[in-house]
Amino acid sequence: MSEAILEVQNLTLKFGGLTALDDVTFRIDEGEILGLIGPNGAGKTTCFNAVTGVYRPTSGGIAFQGRSIVGLKKHKITQQGIARTFQNIRLFPTMTALENVLVGTDAQHTTGMISALFRLPKHRREEQDGHERAMDLLRFMGIHRKADELAANLSYGDQRRLEIARAMATNPKLICLDEPAAGFNPAEKVELMNLIRRVRDRGFTVLLIEHDMKLVMGVTDRIVVLEFGRKIAEGTPAEIRDNPAVIAAYLGVDEEDAS
Amino acid sequence: MSKIKQRFVALPKPVKILLWVLLALFAYALPLLEPPIISTPGVDFGGVLFVVTMYCLVAIGLNIVVGYAGLLDLGYVGFYAIGAYTAAVLTSFHAHWPLLLAIPVAVVVTTISGVLLGAPTLRVRGDYLAIVTLGFGEIIRLVAVNSEWLNQRKGISDIARPPSIGGQEGLFEIPHLFWGDGTVLVDTKDTTQFLVFGVLDQIPYYWLGLTVVIVMLFADRLIKNSRVGRAWEATREDEDAAELMGVPTFKFKLLAFATGAFVGGLAGSLYASRQNFINPDSFLLLYSILFLAAVVVGGQGNRWGVLVGAILVAYLPQRFREFDDFRVLAFGLALVLLATLRPEGLFPPRRTVRAKHLEQELEELEEGAGGEESARV
Repeated sequence: MSEAILEVQNLTLKFGGLTALDDVTFRIDEGEILGLIGPNGAGKTTCFNAVTGVYRPTSGGIAFQGRSIVGLKKHKITQQGIARTFQNIRLFPTMTALENVLVGTDAQHTTGMISALFRLPKHRREEQDGHERAMDLLRFMGIHRKADELAANLSYGDQRRLEIARAMATNPKLICLDEPAAGFNPAEKVELMNLIRRVRDRGFTVLLIEHDMKLVMGVTDRIVVLEFGRKIAEGTPAEIRDNPAVIAAYLGVDEEDAS
Repeated sequence: MSKIKQRFVALPKPVKILLWVLLALFAYALPLLEPPIISTPGVDFGGVLFVVTMYCLVAIGLNIVVGYAGLLDLGYVGFYAIGAYTAAVLTSFHAHWPLLLAIPVAVVVTTISGVLLGAPTLRVRGDYLAIVTLGFGEIIRLVAVNSEWLNQRKGISDIARPPSIGGQEGLFEIPHLFWGDGTVLVDTKDTTQFLVFGVLDQIPYYWLGLTVVIVMLFADRLIKNSRVGRAWEATREDEDAAELMGVPTFKFKLLAFATGAFVGGLAGSLYASRQNFINPDSFLLLYSILFLAAVVVGGQGNRWGVLVGAILVAYLPQRFREFDDFRVLAFGLALVLLATLRPEGLFPPRRTVRAKHLEQELEELEEGAGGEESARV
């Protein structure tokens, strides 16, 4: 049994009278790809936001590598090793692709005003390290030829890829992908599936929110299913596929159509 | 325009450096040359040029806050005032320090004031920040108006001048040019002493101001191309996303504010020294707006753009002094025209320019069934 990298314990999140997450408990093991699925409004993205520090849980705990990260600042959580992408692409549009990724690499750097102003060795070292890693990641995502183009000018697919590259640049242990395949055609989805596997093979643990059942079933090791903020099932893709509660809640009556 | 730029970029490095040096030399020599069209009739040309360098300095500082970090600061004159008043108090009103000692203290005091203002206010965003800073600028002026310690409306005079090199006579004299009808003469009666910071000749102040501007331009460039510059830009583009990518946005916003205050305080203390006299009316809200106009007119985010903006805002009203109040009308009209025709400023940052280029290229590619796309797998 491998070690849990992220443990979510009885996580509850309320916005006024609305309970967005209700007593959700799950864990992610190191090196696995965990799928988080559920119908619209089930609380998947809210769960992401709680993990990455955007929302503070009403109750319950979130532990990353055995330590609680509840209440930590967002950038601290990122520096500790959780990175994410966004459901609606949120790149820095007026910066080039390379610069976007460099911002990610900067998360682990400490160059400040003085180092930059006097071009101290630290600045040089970190700048070189950042450029090398950034170019490496862009190559990995297959967009290195567009390194000097503005993020805003990249094609939709490349923007999605750039977001993943930027998240990987922060040198995370856990990378959370929020619907990375949204808006992709079937061929691109297959490509993305392979890519997610390769991301895992690089040593990242992946938490994946996805609507496309084929993609989720094909790529994940385990799946957690949310409905109305509650966890209704957890298991391997095969188990989830046969789980009557999941079929009723998410896949609908006709399983064939949904998958 | 872009062709000239491309040709310049393609030049070998030594040639580029040489061109820059020549440009700098020309800038230094400008008040001695007194070229007829550029020179200001009726006002001391050296004095105008000094004010221009101060606007340049302020524009560089404000550009860091507004252009790079995207924090709308409507009270920048407050920092300018703090720098000026600190220098005035230390060299004249309450103590008699030499100016070269007072300036660093003034700059540090202003930087601290920037941090003090930023720490509580940078938690609010956008419009709210603009209102808070607007208030700050006015508060500083009103404090000066009401505080006896700052001599209220009477202001402070006899502010120290920078030390002259070579005593009262200077090391040597540099003659100016005289432009007659079709002839150019070296005027040996009209000379500038090198280097005397006196009452009448303002050219040495201009040289000092220009030197500070050049140093700040280098510093600006070094900071912009670093983790700090990237963090500012990321924060400006999308604060939440930047935070989630590991950028401590609050810290960097505060840093931008402090850096802006640093430059503003430096400009203020130099200005106080040159004017020799300051009172609260030297720091009206109008100046905050003019400073911001310089940044916006030039093209916020581009250091060369804001320099051009500063030069226009400071120089044009002096050049066309004979039109009196119509200057202001013309200035307003020019701003309206600019906002309509070039909303990103005269010289938007290279990225915005490059983005447009790329758009064009992409369009052309699409027409010719782009090869780029098919190459991607």
